[in-house]
Amino acid sequence: MLKIKNLSVAIKGKEILKGINLEVNPGEVHAIMGPNGTGKSTLAYVIGGREGYEVTSGEITYKGMNLLELSPEERACEGIFLGFQYPVEIPGVSITSFLRTAINEQRKYQGLDPVPPAEFLAMMEENKKLLDLQDKLANRSVNEGFSGGEKKKNEIFQMAMLQPSLAILDETDSGLDIDALRVVATGVNNLRRPDNSAIVITHYQRLLDYIIPDVVHVLYDGRIVKSGGKEMALELEEKGYEWIKNSL
Amino acid sequence: MEKESNHIIDEVTRGEYKYGFYTDIETETAPKGLNEDTIRYISAKKNEPEWLLEFRLKAYRHWITMKEPTWAHLSYPAIDFQDIIYFAAPKQKKSPQSLDEVDPELLNTFNKLGISLEEQKRLSGVAVDAVMDSVSVKTTFSDTLAKLGIIFCSFSEAVQKHSDLVKQYLGSVVPFTDNFYASLNSAVFSDGSFCYIPKGVRCPIELSTYFRINAARTGQFERTLIVADEGAYVSYMEGCTAPQRDENQLHAAIVEIVALKDAEVKYSTVQNWYPGDKDGKGGIYNFVTKRGICKGNHAKISWTQVETGSAITWKYPSVILMGDHSVGEFYSVAVTNNHQQADTGTKMIHLGRGSKSTIISKGISAGQSNNSYRGLVRVVKRADNCRNFSQCDSLLLGDKCGAHTFPYIRAENPTSIVEHEATTSKISDEQLFYCQQRGISAESAIGLIVNGYAKEVLQRLPMEFAIEAQKLLSVSLEGSIG
Repeated sequence: MLKIKNLSVAIKGKEILKGINLEVNPGEVHAIMGPNGTGKSTLAYVIGGREGYEVTSGEITYKGMNLLELSPEERACEGIFLGFQYPVEIPGVSITSFLRTAINEQRKYQGLDPVPPAEFLAMMEENKKLLDLQDKLANRSVNEGFSGGEKKKNEIFQMAMLQPSLAILDETDSGLDIDALRVVATGVNNLRRPDNSAIVITHYQRLLDYIIPDVVHVLYDGRIVKSGGKEMALELEEKGYEWIKNSL
Repeated sequence: MEKESNHIIDEVTRGEYKYGFYTDIETETAPKGLNEDTIRYISAKKNEPEWLLEFRLKAYRHWITMKEPTWAHLSYPAIDFQDIIYFAAPKQKKSPQSLDEVDPELLNTFNKLGISLEEQKRLSGVAVDAVMDSVSVKTTFSDTLAKLGIIFCSFSEAVQKHSDLVKQYLGSVVPFTDNFYASLNSAVFSDGSFCYIPKGVRCPIELSTYFRINAARTGQFERTLIVADEGAYVSYMEGCTAPQRDENQLHAAIVEIVALKDAEVKYSTVQNWYPGDKDGKGGIYNFVTKRGICKGNHAKISWTQVETGSAITWKYPSVILMGDHSVGEFYSVAVTNNHQQADTGTKMIHLGRGSKSTIISKGISAGQSNNSYRGLVRVVKRADNCRNFSQCDSLLLGDKCGAHTFPYIRAENPTSIVEHEATTSKISDEQLFYCQQRGISAESAIGLIVNGYAKEVLQRLPMEFAIEAQKLLSVSLEGSIG
């Protein structure tokens, strides 16, 4: 699904990622953990294609394509979804029309006709129920006036609607109460299929109680310094990131 | 809606000025330049009564004493008023009695613009008056409306058939001395629409005028007069386009609205005159005076405008709130891109007690354009308990454009409340990336965000206009990023 080889990335000349190697196979969920400011969000943005991130070396292959050659919208249309740490407000644009535009643009890219309105509405209903969202949410403007929790839930709702092949969730759990955390986990687990993958970026172990990862990586100072099974997250929680620092 | 939204996306990806074609049709024109003979020529061509010729001549004699206003935040080379043709008419038999008598080439033109007169005739919904260059081509639905006593016809026809009404109201809201362009229009106005809704009648369909400039080197000076008698209601729409040309063309129109006691007039405009090319060459100079008067108590006048076209826009649709408890509204979206300049806003003049006004203005600037809101809210001494709320928002795309707000407030009555809010924002890179990450291209994202921003105004438009306006907003901002 995704293969990152020796990836180095700089922002305004300052090197943030220093030779990342990562391989995510279909059906796998990877967790990336690590202290603040070590490059977790940078990695997410580079995969998403955000401007201002300079790839100084290395490559990213996604479904056999050179990902770095694709525009952000092409990456999205090829099935990459980025759940934002800080979702952006778009005043005056309802979630309904935002999602319909997004779905239809993706379908257009795939050579499909626009989604029939009835089918679209049914999808909306189904996913709202699944994520325990209020009815009126769909008529509200994208993220405008949403609480922190609502914004994160809305990210998961969009993910559920767009059905991506590779979902990258950037600290979607931070600032959430336990109920919201469950909703986020439901969304991710529901998407879990043999042909889908996810990368869950998190600061804390507790999300991983609900989303059981296949592999856990620790990102530190722009490098993946340790990888292991789900039990490594617990060890990390117990010993703290000092443990990583000291073992280097 | 599904089809429409896709259509919008298609439009955005194409996005040129699609009304820029020219119809090759035989035209009868007045000699270039302006003097009393030109005015006599126009008046004679239209077989006008003596009083109207006098009105024109008085306006002309006043106009030559005036100077072009320079207070607007606009810059353009001086206009040579002697280098303009003041009257151009598509050659056809006089006043066609039915569509069969209208030149097919003309009908084609309006079909191309999506204003099919024949279609309009068959399907109920909108009555259209189509004005090409200086004359009204055909008004549909007049007969149906006549049964209700509603008069909806070309201005010229009204002068012939309803002379008393025209005489009573012409210049009663915008006097011929009002301003430079209003005086010019009063001297040389060619055609336009006239509408009268009798006492207590609610006009069952939307009335619509479609203005089209076709001939080269020609000015368009149309005149619209709408009178809603006591308790009457009408919703009126106006659309405009012009061919793509390298030279600038002048458009100086007047719209007058009179709303008597308990009457309501809704006036909607989608202005899409040719804006000039990417380098600022060509385009329409749009100097327009639009004003309504709420003459009786509880009268209401509402202006809604979507301004995307013209190289220069100079326009302040206003309401004189004369009646007690009368209501004035102004909802505006003005988009400027490339080298366009807009200086637009409104005036709300509170004379009546307890009168209310609302101003919602949304400016969107892109490219190297300049977009100014200019508004006056005035409350006179005797006008107790008046209320005004104004909100002026500016949205900037890129860093080479300008947004300016010039609000004037003159409140002379201590019991009245006047409120003004203003914001300026930009479409952020974060917003664009967020949309792109969901699969929406940057161009479509801008269309989506801008339409969201302007929603408060767009939803005031009649349905068929709202869709057109949405498309227009996206198209107008084509190529405005990067």
